[in-house]
Amino acid sequence: MMSATDLKQATLEYALRLGDDSVVLGHRISEWVSNGPFLEEDIALGNVALDYIGRARMFYGYAAELAGDGRTEDDFAYMRDAREYKNLLINELPKGDFAYTQVRQLLVDAFNTGFLAELVKSKDATLAAIAAKASKETRYHLRRSREWVLRLGDGTEESHQRAQTAVDALWGYTFEMFELDELEQQLVDAGIAVDTTRLKAQWEVEIKAILSEATLEIPAGDWAVRGGRVGYHTENLGHLLTDMQSVYRAYPGCQW
Amino acid sequence: MKPENLELFEVFIRSKRGLDHKHVGSLHAEDHEQALEYARDVYTRRSEGVSIWVVKSDDICASQEDDAESFYDPSDDKPYRHATYYKLPDPVNNM
Repeated sequence: MMSATDLKQATLEYALRLGDDSVVLGHRISEWVSNGPFLEEDIALGNVALDYIGRARMFYGYAAELAGDGRTEDDFAYMRDAREYKNLLINELPKGDFAYTQVRQLLVDAFNTGFLAELVKSKDATLAAIAAKASKETRYHLRRSREWVLRLGDGTEESHQRAQTAVDALWGYTFEMFELDELEQQLVDAGIAVDTTRLKAQWEVEIKAILSEATLEIPAGDWAVRGGRVGYHTENLGHLLTDMQSVYRAYPGCQW
Repeated sequence: MKPENLELFEVFIRSKRGLDHKHVGSLHAEDHEQALEYARDVYTRRSEGVSIWVVKSDDICASQEDDAESFYDPSDDKPYRHATYYKLPDPVNNM
């Protein structure tokens, strides 16, 4: 059983992890703005990016409240280095081509749908409230990414090939989503965090059904990459943060 | 996917229960379902709507400029078709 102080510290860390997942993926999607395949999709992707960045602000805001030492959401987003970021690796991978972006969204959106539905039941009232708000957005995100994967997978020869290449490249990054370290296990025991190990079966059923309808195959091998939750990242995160943090670091404390 | 393969849709949004759907603009999409989603993203992000209709632009049959004369001019000299033409008895305040 954790002491109240330890529990608060662990909850802060958990809120940061979830904030990191959101801000990193939100930034990746925002890279499509002005580069989308056509105007309508460009706007739609921008909306999804904003949903994620808004979600990150809620998690970071809560982390700042728990920290209570004057740090703000901006400090968490802009003043931490890659090793201090604890996002799952799948979120930081470059945006790739359009098929890659949509396949990643499908894998993550399907995960988030299950994850947020559980986080709503958290004993931590703030996390539960954030989850309730994010849950609605995520159902819409999933609807979009599901349809795109069906269109691309079961589309032209080229779109099928690109979608399959994306599934092959991303699959190894999905295992990490369903693993718990000690910190999260303690928070699960305290009724605060989501036991993601229990979400995998349902996620797999859902993803398999969609990929099969899209005429896409799940890769055979079981290679897996992990490390995001302890701060071991791919080289891509450093580049992303350099880009994302440049303004704030050049003008510390600036407001916008 | 090439933008030139997409179809044009007209978007109608009802902003409040009880009001009519109003034409708000158009957009490109591959089919009706996608058009509905883009309509949501492009036209309702600031919670402007409670209901969306999308119609393929091709399916709209529009009157032509050339028809104006035969369509509308004949009513110009028939003011009695408007309620405002009639003098109301005093007890009727509003109509």
